[in-house]
Amino acid sequence: MHYKWDFTKASKYFIIFSIVITVLGIGSLAFLGFNYGVDFRAGSNVDIVLTKSVPKEDIEKLLSEKNAGHYTLTTGADRVTIRFDDILSDVQQKELRANFTEQLDPGASMEINTVDVAMARELQLNALLALSLASLGILIYISFRFEWRFAVAAIVSLVHDAFIVISVFSVFRLEVNLTFIVAVLTIIGYSINDTIVIFDRIRENLRFAKIKTPADLAALVNRSIWETLTRSINTVITVVFGALCLYIFGSESIRLFSLAILIGLIAGAYSSIFIASPIWLALRSKAKPKAAKAPATTS
Amino acid sequence: MKRMLALLLIVVATFGVIAATSPALVQKVKLGLDLKGGFEILYEAEPLTPGGEVTQDALRETARSLEQRANATGVAEPEITPEGANRIRVKIAGVTDEAVVRDVLKKPAELTFRSMRGCEPSQGYCKVELIGSDFKEGGATIYQNQLGGWEISITLNSASKFAEVTRELAKLPEGSNRLAIFLDENVLSEPRVSFEINDTKASITGNYTREEAKKVADTINLGALPLKLTEKYTQSVGATLGQLSLQQTVFAGALGTALVLIFMLLFYRLPGLISSISLITYIWLLLLGFNLMGATLTLPGIAAFILGIGMAVDANIITFERIKEEMRSGKSLLSSLKAGSKNSLRTIVDANLTTIIAGAVLFFIGTGSVKGFAVILIMSIIVSVITNVLYSRLLLYLLIRSGLLNKPSYFGVKESDIRAL
Repeated sequence: MHYKWDFTKASKYFIIFSIVITVLGIGSLAFLGFNYGVDFRAGSNVDIVLTKSVPKEDIEKLLSEKNAGHYTLTTGADRVTIRFDDILSDVQQKELRANFTEQLDPGASMEINTVDVAMARELQLNALLALSLASLGILIYISFRFEWRFAVAAIVSLVHDAFIVISVFSVFRLEVNLTFIVAVLTIIGYSINDTIVIFDRIRENLRFAKIKTPADLAALVNRSIWETLTRSINTVITVVFGALCLYIFGSESIRLFSLAILIGLIAGAYSSIFIASPIWLALRSKAKPKAAKAPATTS
Repeated sequence: MKRMLALLLIVVATFGVIAATSPALVQKVKLGLDLKGGFEILYEAEPLTPGGEVTQDALRETARSLEQRANATGVAEPEITPEGANRIRVKIAGVTDEAVVRDVLKKPAELTFRSMRGCEPSQGYCKVELIGSDFKEGGATIYQNQLGGWEISITLNSASKFAEVTRELAKLPEGSNRLAIFLDENVLSEPRVSFEINDTKASITGNYTREEAKKVADTINLGALPLKLTEKYTQSVGATLGQLSLQQTVFAGALGTALVLIFMLLFYRLPGLISSISLITYIWLLLLGFNLMGATLTLPGIAAFILGIGMAVDANIITFERIKEEMRSGKSLLSSLKAGSKNSLRTIVDANLTTIIAGAVLFFIGTGSVKGFAVILIMSIIVSVITNVLYSRLLLYLLIRSGLLNKPSYFGVKESDIRAL
């Protein structure tokens, strides 16, 4: 069968594109870092759902009377978020709650989170540990089920997906909280899923194929991508339905989580095709002389 | 025809069970604090006096005393669990006056030995004779006497003080000569004092079981070295805000699910219908498993639930695509089903196992709501294999074997795409 579009040839440009994004991300991380939420930076976060509109000035006035240290105030239509650099004591929390409902909006409902410094550092370390352990586990599993080249290609694409999400959050200064780490780990799970489906097909096609030249191998990879393309697209569509609905209609508290998942899902589908498969192809083509000992002598 | 009937029967039975049990299941789901309001505090325990060590017994004892105090303030079902080496997690739902409860919890546990010396009969134990710091740190142990009963040995710091207390108490009439052990305001034990003890060592005898004796000893040790609790992490969610989160997120989930169902029906036709039936079963089974485990549903948990739907459908998509491919290559419907099922199973298992690895890491490293998310992620994968692989396959097999509906177009395959074998 003839396929209209050669994924393996086109992938060169996509790999360049991905490298550019990754470099941008590294730059942003190095110079801007993350906009850490309280989970990783210590302090207090106050989310208030309003039942009527409250002018920003009034909230600022209320807060300045309290002198609870430095804070950042973000106001939305029916939602206010205040980030304090310091940890609010239970007395301060009580006062804030009382004052706010008495003076500004009697129907206001709040969520207050506080995290202390040592805890924030611990959460950060745990997050890194989780990311590396999950990657390692997947690497071992794929090496065991497939071969090491598949594992390497899968891990590169997985790191790439995580990195795209990380870059977006760093560049756009979106808040990074504990749920963000959960999102990145979930993305790793899903992204690897996409990659495995394509690799599985490559492995299956390899069994019946006679590979003589690198071009044959490239054609096989291209065919495998095409054969699984409908599945790749349809699966992304169904998962995106869920993530998009969560992002648009779900609770404010998991909006950023949904956004991270959404970006990661799309990145995952993209990288399985344009990053993981070409990398495997490149690794396998280099190994060609040794791997194809028998057929090489006949030509 | 027989197979078609069997198929219809299975579907009707499944939906019957779902319809009958769902309302109760939904009612019984335990909601997390982020969905119903309340507060969660992670305390780190340190000894009040420097140089001390936090033992597991002391931590458990502190947790127990926190629970009693929380109960005393009248809150419903406080959940208080020791965590790791020196932490205690407190979860309390629906508190009206949070500051009061937190204030009560923060105080170190206070151990007192009290007597009725000079008390009016109505006052009970009104005189504090000994306090926690009169006892030697870690000085209380339990041992078994010759009769097989359990007793507690205690060690005090000053023999003379103890001698004075016991001397005075022994003079009191039988019945009121007791030295009651209190942790905060709870009586743990009321041993009698019959004679003066001029020693730093003493025994508390009685009809204790091993557990009871251990509890008293732990309490005395905790009282000798009370733990200071500092708040490491707090989360407090207003009830209205929690309900709003729940409503919004459940709506988002329902909408997402509906879109997935419609998509599957449009794209895969008959198999799409089977996938939709499986998906509804999947949601129900996940809810059932959730209830059986007594797990708590948190906001990230609902998100995992919704994302899991995508994963479950993926198993169907992989299988259906594979079957379509086999059909296009010219195979009959039945052999397409067989080949398609066989070939797709390996892919599904490999793909899902890697997600389980990520989920397991989250489960073991994460705490609180992260753990909740991981539980649902892993559970959703296992359930999806049952419903969207096994159950779907059974239905599809019956459908194809019935021979009633087997035009390729019902399966989303164009006749013109089918090659001759």
